[in-house]
Amino acid sequence: MEKDIELYYLMKLTREFEEEVLRLYKQGKIMGGVYCGYGQEAVSVGVTYGLEKEDIIFPLHRDIGACLTKGVDPKILLAQLMGKKTGFSKGKESFLHAGDLEIGFFGATSMLAATLPVACGAALKFKLNKEKYIAVAFFGEGASSRGDFHEALNFAGVHKLPVVFVCENNFYAYSTPVNLQMAIEDVADRAQGYGFKGMVTSGNDIHAVMKTMKKAVEMARSGQGPTLVECKTYRYHGHSEHDMATYRKKEELIEWESRDPIPRYEVYLEKKGYDLAKVKEEISVKIKGVIDEAVRFAEESPYPEGKEAMEDLYATPI
Amino acid sequence: METTYLKAINEALFEEMERDEKVFLIGEDIGALGGAFKVTEGLFERFGPERVIDTPISESLIVGVATGAAILGMRPVAEMQFADFISCAFDQIVNMAATLRYRHGGKVKVPLVIRAPSGAGIHGGLFHSQNPEAWFFHSPGLKIVAPATAYDAKGLLKSAIRDDDPVLYFEHKYLYRRIKEDLPDKEYLVPIGKADIKREGKDLTMITYGATLHLCLEAANILQKEKIETEVVDLRTLLPLDRETILNSVKKTNKVMVVHEDRKTGGIGGEIAAVIAEEAFEYLDGPVMRVASLDTHYAFSPPLEEFILPTTEKIVAKARELARY
Repeated sequence: MEKDIELYYLMKLTREFEEEVLRLYKQGKIMGGVYCGYGQEAVSVGVTYGLEKEDIIFPLHRDIGACLTKGVDPKILLAQLMGKKTGFSKGKESFLHAGDLEIGFFGATSMLAATLPVACGAALKFKLNKEKYIAVAFFGEGASSRGDFHEALNFAGVHKLPVVFVCENNFYAYSTPVNLQMAIEDVADRAQGYGFKGMVTSGNDIHAVMKTMKKAVEMARSGQGPTLVECKTYRYHGHSEHDMATYRKKEELIEWESRDPIPRYEVYLEKKGYDLAKVKEEISVKIKGVIDEAVRFAEESPYPEGKEAMEDLYATPI
Repeated sequence: METTYLKAINEALFEEMERDEKVFLIGEDIGALGGAFKVTEGLFERFGPERVIDTPISESLIVGVATGAAILGMRPVAEMQFADFISCAFDQIVNMAATLRYRHGGKVKVPLVIRAPSGAGIHGGLFHSQNPEAWFFHSPGLKIVAPATAYDAKGLLKSAIRDDDPVLYFEHKYLYRRIKEDLPDKEYLVPIGKADIKREGKDLTMITYGATLHLCLEAANILQKEKIETEVVDLRTLLPLDRETILNSVKKTNKVMVVHEDRKTGGIGGEIAAVIAEEAFEYLDGPVMRVASLDTHYAFSPPLEEFILPTTEKIVAKARELARY
């Protein structure tokens, strides 16, 4: 697949995968919390696209797109979301709290920003072993209020670690608006205090995201240290699916929906001379095939047996 | 030549770093200074700043970084300058390191050691005296060791570094320079998960770990003069508990007390008493008794601290009470 089309495919796959997740959630087949990244696909995909297999990403709960872009098999991902034995965690944990290090995808915890020190550890390993790989750590603007964020950025700055910190600033930490979270406008400004550069970009424009990331990745890979890339974006849904997001104005949502990264990208494809109708049709067929297969696989997969709750606690049990 | 408890830890670090270049140290003031207690002395000079990494004052970061390196195959040994400060890293330990393997479907290893100088008796006050092991004893996915002798300190640390799971290594700072013994010239390991009977006896059992081992041994000498033969079980590993050794000793002596420096309420002694009650109730000739620190903060002024901490006298008194059953 050529790059222009592949980016479109990945963003569309992310959105349609999430729509399927919502259907399954409403049918009671996915339990617990469902955290959609609707509207943030350009960040999730654009940041991750083009990374090396050995690079390691530390996605957020909302980054299904990053996982799919890094090479996660949609079948396994859906099985994971459904608590099936064939998911990454074999049913032990929900949503994106599980990962697969073989493809460089680390499972987060609910303690936001807690992955940032861990990402520094991965980056430190690359640096100590003189490997050219990098760590990419996603976090929301909300997480930048936590100590782990500051400890991680400080350490990364001191050691010029090969890490890119990606802020998905969607203006709300659950219900709390950004003006109650911080007295500055851009999270990127915080990087300066730790001795490296922060860059702000439009998170709803995949080309802008990729352009900014390219600089940050080159810095990290060439030993020039970390960068904070702040992507301004918006989540269309609530924090999770039980959240009606009544704390936001409808007008605000409409404004952001009009900047949706996917139709925007379609304009790009059309201007570039692609037969958009044909592309959409082909991609749609392909995605339907992938999702149908994922649903079939996940639904047919068994749940773990209760006793498996006692497995995988220790690498060397005593 | 006799080796101190402190030097035994230093030797274990040195030997493991020589043996495996994946082993590195990370913590506060562990480099040029050699650590607040000089545990890492000489290692910076030998292995350099890439393997003995001084960090900012960021305990959560220290554990997080060590975890990130560990999952990619390194073998970090993180140091908390004082075990008291481990509270700042609590989330990274119990929610991150301890859960990683489980929620990655058993496909991730976390070969991480966190060394933490713990314990009172040095007039350290509230924030330089704590024994935080019980906070973590409740957390699955972790292993916890707490050596009481130089031999065990060295052998357990070497095992912890080679272990593929996160291990909390509580070294009792009161013992650093007070305890010493001849160590074997040949390399040895002490297995994680195995308690050690430090003294055999038939009349009653003291189950202990860390600094109070030495008080129990003193108490056992006093009790011997009263014709009470005490068995002293040194747990060495707290998580997982060596239930077999505990229960075998209970079945042998039929009277058991638990002694630890950590506070009584919510301390590990309570769990040991429960295990014994569940699995060896019919062997007991008396209640499972406990000697532990009083349920207050580790106060600073000497009379206050002495009042709080377990002493040989308190242990002897409790043992006499138990022996009467």
